[in-house]
Amino acid sequence: MERTIYREIMATRPVWGLAVTLGAFIAAAMASFFYVEHYGHIVTGMNNQVVWGLPHVFAIFLIVAASGALNVASIVSVFDQTVYKPMARFSALLAMSLLIGGLAVLVLDLGRPDRIIVAMTKYNFSSIFAWNIFFYTGFLAIVAAYLFVQMSPGFPYSRVRVAGTLAFVWRLALTTGTGSIFGWLVARPGYDSAIMAPMFIAMSFAFGTAVFILVLSALFRLAGRPFGDQMMLRLGRKLAIFVAAVMYFEGVRHLTNLYAAEHVGFETFILTGGGTLTTLFWLGQVVIGGVIPLMVLFHPSFGKTAKAPLVASVLVIAGGFAQLYVIVIGGQAYPMEMFPGYEVTSGFFDGEIASYRPRWPEVLLGLGGVAIALFITGLGAKILRILPTNLSDANVGLNR
Amino acid sequence: MARLLLVFALLIGGMSGGSGALAQERSSLLPDIPKATGAPHPEGNEYWRKNHMSLMSHDRDLTMRDGDREIGASLKSCFDCHAATDSAGTIVTYESEQHFCRTCHDYVAVKVDCFMCHRSTPDGVDEGAPHAAILPPPALRDEDGTSIIAYLRQVGQDNTNQGTPGND
Amino acid sequence: MTDMNPDTSQKGADISRRDFLRSGAAVATTTLAPGVTLIAFGGSAAEAKADAGKRWGLLIDANKCASDCSACVSACSTENGWKGNGNAETDVQWIRKITLNNTETGREVTMPMMCQHCEDPPCVDVCPTGASFKREDGIVLVDKHTCIGCRYCMMACPFKARSFVHEPVNNQKSHAPRGQGTVESCTLCVHRVDKGGVPACVEACEATGHGAIIFGDLKDPQSDIAKRLVEYQSVALRPDLDLNPGVRYSGL
Repeated sequence: MERTIYREIMATRPVWGLAVTLGAFIAAAMASFFYVEHYGHIVTGMNNQVVWGLPHVFAIFLIVAASGALNVASIVSVFDQTVYKPMARFSALLAMSLLIGGLAVLVLDLGRPDRIIVAMTKYNFSSIFAWNIFFYTGFLAIVAAYLFVQMSPGFPYSRVRVAGTLAFVWRLALTTGTGSIFGWLVARPGYDSAIMAPMFIAMSFAFGTAVFILVLSALFRLAGRPFGDQMMLRLGRKLAIFVAAVMYFEGVRHLTNLYAAEHVGFETFILTGGGTLTTLFWLGQVVIGGVIPLMVLFHPSFGKTAKAPLVASVLVIAGGFAQLYVIVIGGQAYPMEMFPGYEVTSGFFDGEIASYRPRWPEVLLGLGGVAIALFITGLGAKILRILPTNLSDANVGLNR
Repeated sequence: MARLLLVFALLIGGMSGGSGALAQERSSLLPDIPKATGAPHPEGNEYWRKNHMSLMSHDRDLTMRDGDREIGASLKSCFDCHAATDSAGTIVTYESEQHFCRTCHDYVAVKVDCFMCHRSTPDGVDEGAPHAAILPPPALRDEDGTSIIAYLRQVGQDNTNQGTPGND
Repeated sequence: MTDMNPDTSQKGADISRRDFLRSGAAVATTTLAPGVTLIAFGGSAAEAKADAGKRWGLLIDANKCASDCSACVSACSTENGWKGNGNAETDVQWIRKITLNNTETGREVTMPMMCQHCEDPPCVDVCPTGASFKREDGIVLVDKHTCIGCRYCMMACPFKARSFVHEPVNNQKSHAPRGQGTVESCTLCVHRVDKGGVPACVEACEATGHGAIIFGDLKDPQSDIAKRLVEYQSVALRPDLDLNPGVRYSGL
């Protein structure tokens, strides 16, 4: 195996074009933010029934993917699979940029984003949300330190492993916290579940790997650097395992809910209710996000090409958004059972299934978060020595 | 260069000579603070100028968390004496530059967060519709309930009737 | 946190100012007259009003609640300055009337529903900044100075008691500040209760003659509400969540 050379990518015209496009999306998100901040959230589709909407779907996707994007680096530093080492720096960078993108959306959607300093200085530690804020900021610091020690020449590898292990443990805590934001909501049948935490860990593996595959391939194509097929297939196999794990956890969650009479109403609403959420669940999450990627990755002929992981990654990301939409909005749309045995009506939508239709400020804000993440990734690859020059199979020792 | 410095020094000296809360000759560069009614604070204006924020922050916690409502330094009691009026004699809200808090806070460019939630005039004064409201009040809407055009027409009519320019 | 250390030369002024302001404990709700400085009032420092020895609560009798009456809702909205803007999905609702129809028996009752002022409030647990808090006397409030508008408490509330302010607000009542971007809910008219009054909804229900809502100190065995809770059957809503709310319902 040859020594890995890391080099900044060159600023070619396509790179500039991409930067400008992403900048346009970021500008649009800023415009949307100022619009919502001035007129109030009434201009969005969120209301008193569905309080977290599309921006939160985007934000949670990005945050969960951020945790999973660190996976490749963790495999190297914690589990000693050194064949992935050339990609470890990029893994750390991608993790940070995805987290920043997700946090940006989350913060910009707050009712009082001018109070972000309050949020970072006053903590109610009985709140898992407060713990998460703490985990997110800590994650950025730890992964930055991890990236720094990876890039420091002559830094003892044992120390790098310590940083990597700390980052790994931290991200497990972070993702557990993110899942528990929902899982610890006892009041709502769609959330109240301990399995949310491990399910989010599985989701982080799946989404993170999918985003990793796509962004790395895109950057390599932009920079004109070779990416070996075997490496791609290895990543694809990992993706397959993670997708199966997500389906497993979701299966267990829904089956358990179906068994408990108090949750059956919610389950039938999601699984057979017939609205957008049902379509998103079955078509989006299960078929597009689960079954088809597995079929693609295990296909006897297509599954052995380097295109298969790319196609599967796109599908997994689409399915992931659908899954988070069903989780976030579905859990709120279904009315809480405050009076079992009674039919409830009121002027405040008690007993009614709430409706939610995202409006353009929310879409722009969410896309802006994605753009921020990709922009930072590209910028990091451009100014720092993050990307290896050559990931061909011969170079990493994977040629068969 | 030396002459420039001399001119600067004279200017600054002139400005600081004009400062001081009770000076009769005040520089027009300083804020034009509306005169308050009622007796002055016993601790003096300088004390209040320096400490009003921490006094308000501390006391609001006492009121809110401990329920102590006998502290007379609530925000609403400020306006018993410090309700500024415009040239027509109507009491102005925080949206007007003549509001008591704004005269100093605009000058020092320190944004004040209070009046998104607190009213900025004494009880009973009609503060009007919020300027950033995207939905006009129900009385001014068209049948579909969301017309801003009807509202703007109404505002235009009001301004024509009164003959005064609206608030910016 | 606030700067609570003015330099020592002014600290004396700080303490004496507090005494001036605390004196006059007997002064009622009206604001102090201009020109009358606080030195004129004598008397000892007032005690803080949120007393851990009390627990404020409501007892709502659904049998007495009339289905065509919403006096409690109007009274609350007048007292606290919230109103609908014709947009039911985003309009704020501190209190609402609910109609319950028993699916087995067909019996129908109505009752008002508001923040239940739980002893173990989920909203307080989940608030990241601690803006949602419970006072010593059991009243659950939102500190709008610290609220960042994340709406997590709205997700956590088992009773959908909280509303988010989706639009800019103006002309607030001076005793009930509220603004865009923060979350709010029934305050049990804490501004009235602290001065010995009763919530506006209770007063309004009395005035209509229905008397469906009673207010009082749950910890005082001599209070009307405590006696009734001992004598008549009542329930807490969503008892499986074990929240021990301060609002109880009977006649459901």
